[in-house]
Amino acid sequence: MSEAILEAPGSGAPETLANPVEQAISALKERFPEAVVDDPRDGYSGLVVPADKLTEVALALRDDLGFDYLSSVTGVDLIEDGKLEAVYHTYSIDKGGSAVVLHVQVDRDNPVIPSLVPVWPGADFQEREAWDLLGIQFDGHPDLRRILTWDGFHGHPLRKDWKEPFYEEDTKPFGSRWPAGGVLRAEELNPYGQNVQYPAGWVPTGDEYDVETEMYAITGADLAYSIDASQQMKTDKITVNLGPQHPSTHGVFRMVVQLDGETVVDLKPVMGYLHRNHEKIGERNTFLGNIPYTDRLDYLSPISNNLGYVLAVEKLLGSVVPERAEWIRILTVELTRIANHLWAIGFLLNDLGALQTPMLYFYIERELILDFFEALTGARMMNNYMRFGGVAYDLPDEIRGQATMEFLNELVHERLPRAIEQGDNLMTHNEIVRARSIGVGVLTRKESIAYSMAGPMLRASGVNYDVRKAEPYSYYEQLDFDIPVYYNGDVYDRYKVRMDELQQSLRIVRQVLPHLQATEGAPIIDGKPSYAIRTPQPGEAYGRVENPKGELGFYVTAKRRSSSPERYHVRAPSFINLTSLGKMCQGHKVADIVVILGSIDIVLGEVDR
Amino acid sequence: MTTSNTGAVAPGVTVPEELSNNVMITNIAKLLDPAYNWARRNSIWPMVFGLACCAIEMICTASSRYDLARFGMEVFRATPRQSDLMIISGTVTKKMVPTIVRLYNQMPEPRYVLSMGACASGGGPFKEGYNVVDGIDKFLPVDVYVPGCPPTPQALINGLIALQEKIDQQSIATAPWYRKDDPTAGLVPIPVLGPDLVDLRQLDTIKREAAKAMAEQKQMEEETAVSPKPPDTQSYEIDKDKQ
Repeated sequence: MSEAILEAPGSGAPETLANPVEQAISALKERFPEAVVDDPRDGYSGLVVPADKLTEVALALRDDLGFDYLSSVTGVDLIEDGKLEAVYHTYSIDKGGSAVVLHVQVDRDNPVIPSLVPVWPGADFQEREAWDLLGIQFDGHPDLRRILTWDGFHGHPLRKDWKEPFYEEDTKPFGSRWPAGGVLRAEELNPYGQNVQYPAGWVPTGDEYDVETEMYAITGADLAYSIDASQQMKTDKITVNLGPQHPSTHGVFRMVVQLDGETVVDLKPVMGYLHRNHEKIGERNTFLGNIPYTDRLDYLSPISNNLGYVLAVEKLLGSVVPERAEWIRILTVELTRIANHLWAIGFLLNDLGALQTPMLYFYIERELILDFFEALTGARMMNNYMRFGGVAYDLPDEIRGQATMEFLNELVHERLPRAIEQGDNLMTHNEIVRARSIGVGVLTRKESIAYSMAGPMLRASGVNYDVRKAEPYSYYEQLDFDIPVYYNGDVYDRYKVRMDELQQSLRIVRQVLPHLQATEGAPIIDGKPSYAIRTPQPGEAYGRVENPKGELGFYVTAKRRSSSPERYHVRAPSFINLTSLGKMCQGHKVADIVVILGSIDIVLGEVDR
Repeated sequence: MTTSNTGAVAPGVTVPEELSNNVMITNIAKLLDPAYNWARRNSIWPMVFGLACCAIEMICTASSRYDLARFGMEVFRATPRQSDLMIISGTVTKKMVPTIVRLYNQMPEPRYVLSMGACASGGGPFKEGYNVVDGIDKFLPVDVYVPGCPPTPQALINGLIALQEKIDQQSIATAPWYRKDDPTAGLVPIPVLGPDLVDLRQLDTIKREAAKAMAEQKQMEEETAVSPKPPDTQSYEIDKDKQ
């Protein structure tokens, strides 16, 4: 068991390959002999880099060692050492494999780390998030404002000494509720009866509420006249708010757009309208208790999220997953991908003006997949299905009166191919679709890597990167499937990537079904299902999966024998994919913003967490 | 003599037997409410207002399998000015709640609020979160609560039928939105974002608590001659004796 725990990301790649991670780490140590050292902590595998050397190390990683993809930036509060830490996961697009992990530790009272935005623009929102929630100052960041809470919010909520208004105890289940049974409601403990608290001595005056000054100072205050060269006509730039209540924003997302006429000059996404404190709550939950919360991240593909989290914690626990459970995992995850893409395409066409028709064409097939999930897990959407070391339930005997295998076979061999073909015929060569999406929202290969794009966004820009191939998990290595790649990087190519991924997912599911039949009756979980899970060793783990939206990563650290994560961070693909939205929209018209946003395929539960 | 199903026997009016199925005898007061309610209950237009996960089930409800059109509710309007019903479909966060209240105020009366799912009804699994409002009913008057996380489309339809039944019980004579004495009666003060969410109706409480906190702090400082660093925020930990 302990071996598995030591094998955290960074050293997990198979020995047979010339391990690029080890090569990069030794090269870095050679180049920065004084500065870069192995992380001395038990169970940690990355490198510790001093803050003043970070930019140089990052440049060396990016330019010379081929680790050109910054996947995740995580802030950690090490309150016992009096330090704040930033953790960077970098990957190599060409070589694949696991991550080179950099840890930068700074003093808690003066937490200044150089910003990596000049090296990787994709660090932009992630650094803002670490500033917002942990108070790490990123020196040189172009726009270091709060992102998930609002300007003027009091404190940095993910610091361990910041207690929420409804704070009860450090870990769940709360002693006040169980097992003693004395139920106290949080409302009764809070003097306002609501989930609010104010700084000591703060008295409202009514003047301080204009909290968006900074927002507009950056986007809208620059109302300089610009001169149209051709006609010598003075035009005035205007600032327009789209959202948070807007039918095109796929939820509660807001864009502050600066327009010159109808042309977009600048666009700033504003988010946090669905920030429901996933990480703070996750650090108080038990490991098992977090699984249902992961459902609610990307709520169009809940089982996929389960898998990412479960993989991360399994690294900490050292669980071994039985064969049948792995096949069921792949089956459910790929069906989730199909269900997600069917609607992603439907929503995109919605945004293009084909209001609801394509979505309704795909609707019945998605409902059939949900019927399967309902029979399997008991819920249509929030499945809460994965467990550490397996899955929660075996396949049901029947689904809506039909034997399960018969139902699945009919679904993947007849219903779904037919629906996808129908959609393909209707949309792919449709004149309006092509006119509106070809050449719109272009992101080049280089930009998409620099902006840390993931999933279909990356693959539509000509980058052949898919976690299922780059760092295979579960049984994906044994399966035969292709990664669709397109090269124009526009909205149309993203649509086509998703269309092709539907076919590839079907191909995977078809290969999985015989295995399910062969392993019928085999165990679906490693050992007995356990509820009071404790980590045998301290350490960190990073689990990542190729979600329908892109790479979903979970960074989990734990102490020895702890029942809940010490730090629990989600690398949300929708959130990071939005980093490039402003860039993609520049120069396009207002109507194109809607389409470009639709092509990213965001889910606000995951953007805001 | 036949009477209608809406009123009592009208004295002195005779309806021939062959017309008994076609003629309804009532008076205007008794006719108005049922006719008015019948029209309204069958054309409740919800607002396109997806907050979170529940919105996906709301879309499913409106789609072909569950077919909200059977209830006259398929016309989702993107603007509050054309909507009758606000379905709070998901977690209400502090950052979002000023917008929600503003949208509610912009809806024309009669307006209804349906709280869909655990989060909207009471915070749900995210209740303790620092950015979560524990239930939209802290701010808006809710007509129907639909439990579930998320509620299935069947549950939402059940909630909408419950709303229709509620509308059936209403009368023009007593409905609050026809009161002429106070035109701002139905409006909810829009909360604002300060250091935390500020409910303007709670200003007095906030000032009182701030004064109390100041006094406590002063007392603390007097007690300990070497004053420690003042606490950053008021923290409301469980009084262990209470348990």
